[in-house]
Amino acid sequence: MKGVHDDPCSHCEEMMQPYLDHVLSDAEMAEAEMHLDECEWCRRRYRFEESLRRYVRQAVSEPMPIELKQKLAALRIPLS
Amino acid sequence: MADAPPDATRIASEARDRVRFEEEALALSDQVYRVARHQANSRDDADELVQETYARAFRSWRSYQPGTNLRAWLLRILTNLNIDRGRRSQRAPQMQPLEANDYFLYDKLAESDGGRGDEERVVERLSQDDIVSALSAVPHDFRDVIVLVDIGDFSYQDAAQILDIPIGTVMSRLHRGRRILKRELAESVVEDAS
Repeated sequence: MKGVHDDPCSHCEEMMQPYLDHVLSDAEMAEAEMHLDECEWCRRRYRFEESLRRYVRQAVSEPMPIELKQKLAALRIPLS
Repeated sequence: MADAPPDATRIASEARDRVRFEEEALALSDQVYRVARHQANSRDDADELVQETYARAFRSWRSYQPGTNLRAWLLRILTNLNIDRGRRSQRAPQMQPLEANDYFLYDKLAESDGGRGDEERVVERLSQDDIVSALSAVPHDFRDVIVLVDIGDFSYQDAAQILDIPIGTVMSRLHRGRRILKRELAESVVEDAS
């Protein structure tokens, strides 16, 4: 039957990364949300995966050095 | 008042377009740097790469089509320069066996957290250094897609164009790259605990 999987948690795991990437179809998105709504085990993992992404992004985002910004501005071609 | 000669009008209009292009490109420099910092092997390499990217972009501004994605256009230049510098080869990356499920990092962190169940806090057991080293341990071909999609916020489509690879390859490298990153992070948890 459509939409029913032998192991809904494994199916949810397969959908987890595409879900976080916002690339699922509306129907798949609804399916994932419905499962997350009723399954605490998957919901915990979803919360973790979402936090991990945010945390990694913050940890590796280094501000650009001011001097480099100035060097880039100096590369502009002067108006003749 | 007499009309300006057609040549002068054209030159003035081109100068305006160029200034606008340069300003728009410079406004994106933080985002370009964020990607360069992890495509290049060191901070100095990233600085150099970003400068070369902007020097080339400013020289070849006419080849940018206004209205298209300028950020992706700049990163395409950056990626090509990085390849030209021999930073990496274009051969297929080596395949390594990976963990069978996607939750092993969660399992590892949650297990050593005593099962308190606060998922947002569990990630905080990873230090910034753990994350930076884990990302730099991910092979280039996988790291590039993670940096573009997860850190640079590019779509799969944009990442495919920037890296000049099919979208299916972006998806498979992303899948594998994220697993490799998690494995590296899981290893850092073990090392920290020992």
